[in-house]
Amino acid sequence: MLNAIYVLWIRQLKKYFRSRARMLSSLGQPLLFLVAFWFGFGPIYQKAGGGNYLDFLVPGIIAMSILFTAVFTGMEVIWDRQFGFLKETMVAPVPRLGIFIGRILGGATVSLMQGVIIFIIALFIGFRPESISLLPLAFIFMFLIGLLFTAFGTAIASVLDDMHAFPVITNFLIMPLFFLSGALFPLDGLPGSIALISYFNPLSYCVDGLRATLVMTSHFGIIADLFWPIASIALISSIGAYLFSRIQV
Amino acid sequence: MEKTKADIIKVTNLVKRFNGFTAVDNISFSVKKSEIFAFLGPNGAGKTTTIRILTTLLKQTDGSAFVNGYDVSKDKNNVRKSLGIVFQDPSLDDDLTAYENMEFHGILYSVQSNIRKPRIEQLLRFVGLWERKDDLVKKYSGGMKRRLEIARSLIHHPKIMFLDEPTIGLDPQTRKNIWDYLKKLNKKEGMTIFFTTHYIEEAEKVADTVAIIDNGSIIQHGTPLKLKKETRSSSLEDAFLKLTGRSIREEEGSRLENMRLRRRVWR
Repeated sequence: MLNAIYVLWIRQLKKYFRSRARMLSSLGQPLLFLVAFWFGFGPIYQKAGGGNYLDFLVPGIIAMSILFTAVFTGMEVIWDRQFGFLKETMVAPVPRLGIFIGRILGGATVSLMQGVIIFIIALFIGFRPESISLLPLAFIFMFLIGLLFTAFGTAIASVLDDMHAFPVITNFLIMPLFFLSGALFPLDGLPGSIALISYFNPLSYCVDGLRATLVMTSHFGIIADLFWPIASIALISSIGAYLFSRIQV
Repeated sequence: MEKTKADIIKVTNLVKRFNGFTAVDNISFSVKKSEIFAFLGPNGAGKTTTIRILTTLLKQTDGSAFVNGYDVSKDKNNVRKSLGIVFQDPSLDDDLTAYENMEFHGILYSVQSNIRKPRIEQLLRFVGLWERKDDLVKKYSGGMKRRLEIARSLIHHPKIMFLDEPTIGLDPQTRKNIWDYLKKLNKKEGMTIFFTTHYIEEAEKVADTVAIIDNGSIIQHGTPLKLKKETRSSSLEDAFLKLTGRSIREEEGSRLENMRLRRRVWR
């Protein structure tokens, strides 16, 4: 079991460090969002009495970069199926649970690195975390987002057979999850039904947890911020592991 | 002497249906330990489906199959440990180097590092890829990938080797090389070899036993000599054509393929 976890994890890291192009291109979108929203809404946010918008925005953009990297890494199951490597792992004498865990740990590690890169870039444009001692906890939140959404991507990819559904997943699942997570704007003023959805969205708690640890503002409180993402990881991973174990290649 | 050898693969009344289409129709056969067994048949006859069941990738609809004494539907892990597999289509990771593909396989099959390292070198040298071991696999030609896959499947010294059209797209030199090596392993280590091929003369040259499958049923089973005698043919290829007919199996093949494709789209 451990050997399977190790192989699938290290494979993900090797591929990540090897394809710089992919690393850079997946930074492009979050950075564009960061700059566009900061310049666009920063002054309005300040006038409305919200304070420094960059402080509010950076945790959201970090969450965004992790979210997308994680979902796409999870969905690489489809590529592996098409190019045959999935079969090689599925006939090996290791439990499929080990393969699944290795895949999501690998995806979460890679996603964490993308988040850290965004964090470092944000430092250069003037973002300052409130407390250095809370940084490790912030990195834990980043890793949790990575785990949750790699498991989510893997679960979806386990029931899909080709990449055609990819844009649908992005547009109708990932984007709404992102917009309704409070990553870009505060959840306080939302109309009732939309607010309700955000309360069920685990990403809202992840983003809130990042804000609690990086800029010391929290909507839900740090206990809820830790509890709901971990509970969601447990749930989604169980479903994902089940669906993954049923794949016939 | 041969008669006393144990069956290492035993298939009894095996059936596989896909949405009502019967791909494997109640077949029974056995393969003796240390035998080189050729599984022949036209396109869409049920060869690959049978292999997928025997290698635990697919669950049978009915019947039973034992590999190395283990039930393929119940004792999957022990079956998997006994097998080396070269699939019909590639199963390498193109974004990794040849060496990494080999090493990951070794780790997955729990081959200890002090055995793994020299064995990988020996195998890569044998298939002539050692000089290019640090190249990404995506830079390899089709023939090189094939050689790498065969080398990879041997790292853990499997008891039984499954090869689904292993020599397709290879030049005669490489084919001969690979078969020489496989035969050596078969003699030295007693490794059983189960393979499919469309090169019937290849099967005639290397196989101890041949089974011919058509439309999901086994229509002949025996030594190449016996098959030739019974059909009064001069070559196994002639015997094969007499037994399976000369009509091209495009329809049979594509019916199954189409159905598989449709499943792929809709599932």
